[in-house]
Amino acid sequence: MGKIVLMQGNEACVEGAIAAGMRFYAGYPITPSTEIAERSALRLPQVGGKFIQMEDEIGSIACAIGASVAGVKAMTATSGPGFSLKQENLGYACLAEIPLVVVDVQRQGPSTGMATSPSQGDVMMARWGTHGDHPMITLSPSSVKECYDLVIRAFNLSEKYRTPVIFLMDEIVGHLREGMEITPEDEIEIVNRPTVLYPDPKRKPYQMKKGQLVPKMAPFGKGQRYNITGLIHDESGFPTNSNAEAEKLLHRLMHKISDNYEDIVQTEEVGMEDAEVAIFCYGGTMRAAMSAMEEARAKGIKCGIFRPVTIWPFPEKELRKAAGKLKKIIVAEHNYGQLLLEVQRVAGSMCEIEFVGKYNGSVITPEEILEKAVNSK
Amino acid sequence: MTVNTGDVSKKTQKMSDLIYKYMRPEHLPHIWCPGCGNGIIMRDVAQAIENLGLSRNQTIIVSGIGCSSRAAGYMDFNTIHTTHGRALAFATGIKLANPELEVIVIAGDGDLAAIGGNHLIHAARRNIGLTVVCMNNNIYGMTGGQYSPTTPTGEFGTTAPYGNLDRSFDIAGLAYGAGASYAARGSAYHVQQTVSLIQEGIRNRGFSIIDVASVCPTYYGRKNKKGSAVDMLKWQRDNAVTPEQAAKMTPEELHGKLVIGLLHHTQYPEFTYQYNELIERLAKEREDHE
Amino acid sequence: MSRMEIRLAGSGGQGVILASVILAEAAVIAGKYTAQSQSYGPEARGGACKAETLISDAPIGFTKVRHPDFLMALTQKSLDKYGKDVPERCLVLMDDSLTAIPELDPEKTVRYPILKTAAEKVGRIQTANVVAVGCINSLLHLADHESIRKAVLMHVPAGTEEINLKALEAGIELVNKAEHA
Repeated sequence: MGKIVLMQGNEACVEGAIAAGMRFYAGYPITPSTEIAERSALRLPQVGGKFIQMEDEIGSIACAIGASVAGVKAMTATSGPGFSLKQENLGYACLAEIPLVVVDVQRQGPSTGMATSPSQGDVMMARWGTHGDHPMITLSPSSVKECYDLVIRAFNLSEKYRTPVIFLMDEIVGHLREGMEITPEDEIEIVNRPTVLYPDPKRKPYQMKKGQLVPKMAPFGKGQRYNITGLIHDESGFPTNSNAEAEKLLHRLMHKISDNYEDIVQTEEVGMEDAEVAIFCYGGTMRAAMSAMEEARAKGIKCGIFRPVTIWPFPEKELRKAAGKLKKIIVAEHNYGQLLLEVQRVAGSMCEIEFVGKYNGSVITPEEILEKAVNSK
Repeated sequence: MTVNTGDVSKKTQKMSDLIYKYMRPEHLPHIWCPGCGNGIIMRDVAQAIENLGLSRNQTIIVSGIGCSSRAAGYMDFNTIHTTHGRALAFATGIKLANPELEVIVIAGDGDLAAIGGNHLIHAARRNIGLTVVCMNNNIYGMTGGQYSPTTPTGEFGTTAPYGNLDRSFDIAGLAYGAGASYAARGSAYHVQQTVSLIQEGIRNRGFSIIDVASVCPTYYGRKNKKGSAVDMLKWQRDNAVTPEQAAKMTPEELHGKLVIGLLHHTQYPEFTYQYNELIERLAKEREDHE
Repeated sequence: MSRMEIRLAGSGGQGVILASVILAEAAVIAGKYTAQSQSYGPEARGGACKAETLISDAPIGFTKVRHPDFLMALTQKSLDKYGKDVPERCLVLMDDSLTAIPELDPEKTVRYPILKTAAEKVGRIQTANVVAVGCINSLLHLADHESIRKAVLMHVPAGTEEINLKALEAGIELVNKAEHA
């Protein structure tokens, strides 16, 4: 066992990111994500990395993309209003295939909302916030320890698939302090983007060889002079108005994620072996579900938990498989019913679906979930 | 004017050495209108790079969105065509991540001073080692002629059908006021001088802005009865004054004039250099501690 | 101690969150599971502030206090708010400058001059939170003396170690003196 330390979720996110190889952070202060910027400012120069506080949220993500283009693993973090502002450049990173981790510590919205109150109201924005069809990977941690470990995975997926990954936290885990074991370095798997240095000048920067998941990336200044653009481009990296090329590119971008669903999607199932009722939850809501499940079991209710660790792509295969054995799914989330729509789509015809939603800034309690579990039969 | 888009390889033989060396002939001709000043300014940038002997692999051209932004695609360096207004923020990330790189930002007036105005003043404030060349055509060209932050008061654009009520920005002055260590103004007409101003801007270790008056005969010129492209270039020639002359002129005399030359040059610590010093200091403190 | 739920309440700037963090740190040092969180308003100073530390021998599910085993209130407002619906078994610690509310069971209520001790005996009102930590640890026996000292030192600002240790001891003494009286 490694050493157990008391750490806050936001801090663990930074430490995990540094362990993953993050050496650049650009951000703007916003509650409840600010501790991520503060710790990055403290820690990055200690490990030879760079921190910059940009003038705004848009500049922060742009700056982080710039650093990634120069070959450095980069992250930016924000909360709801800032996440709204970052959306345009998030799409840029999707289209230009720039690895990047964007952390959103969700707070109660809409608009300025309730800055210090928990929410999970950005789940759909994480998927569809930027304009146009685009691929998206989103992961959501539910403990301090997972803030550390899962952000490493966020970096790894981002590097592997050359795509931005949303690390979707919430105020509950972001501001939670727990004792956690720092994962020993030799147990951490690090993935770096497929890179090409000083290639044949004729190499097309976005060309794909057979068996490659993504085109190899050339860091700026390392020998391949090429063009990166947010316009639809062909393999050469230059803009094209060809409808065929546009379709080909969009198809490739979407399929690099959907074709690797098994690699990307992770779920956690607790007590699902004999469960008749399952609590569907993610992020900080998992904690109420854990207590609710325990109490439901004590009352003789066969209750389990189904938790998407990967939110996007939505774990529909796993959920469908689980739903086949269930009488009821209780969807618990801190919003008006966002992933509820996905659960209804996937499992609506297979079992009863109930909803426990909170959108007033308070936390869903185990009792509120338990009530729905008890009232099944 | 007709443009031959046929056999590019043969055409490149006839291109000047500068174009052949620094441009991407396969992506020419450019999309700019006949008479547009942007091509001249792009060439000025290439000439400055040639004069300084910069490495093509180590030079990064960053652009935003708008007519000016297309320059990045034509120039044979590491080029990145970013989002509207954000070129400086992307460039900040590139430069801070790898301060060895020579990062040149090519932006338009709307791009740089309207949607990107916040990044302009803050990049200048940091005095980060970027060189910004503004292709200032006093209009939004790409979207068809709307008034921009540098459209003079009273002039016309498609969104200023009754004349522009806004006052215009002096982009170089704005950046200098915000903390840039080098500020200059050139024009499409004054080629030699503009090349040398860009060159000095690149050499300056810190944030440099070169606000270059372009000409947009298609929208700005037509909307404001400025005549042909040649007439507009002649206007630049006839109305240019040096900063020294300008210093002796009254505001009334200066009205409608173009002040061309080095406006300001001072020395402040450069941001990425300071950051590297911080990293070294912390490393040393750690070493001493151990 | 299967699960101990501790709620500290006061006003912003009193260091209630830090006290809660120190208790969580002490729990980690003692090899327990812990979850610490807080809720607060937009004000850095003066707003209502509530911090919670859960300590358990088993992994912690729900991270918020549901049935407090312990409540500390440093302001009348926070006592009025959180004191009125505490479970029977909950021990309430209130600053002795506050007025007890009828809902509290006198048997389960203790009052100590936390703020006064910080201001007069320690010499700095800002150390009230660490005086409180000393009181709480003596009342609840969360961590041994060495561990609680260590936890305090891990979280107080550099340069204030000495005065905060003094505050801790003063807090411990408040309880010990009362118990031996």
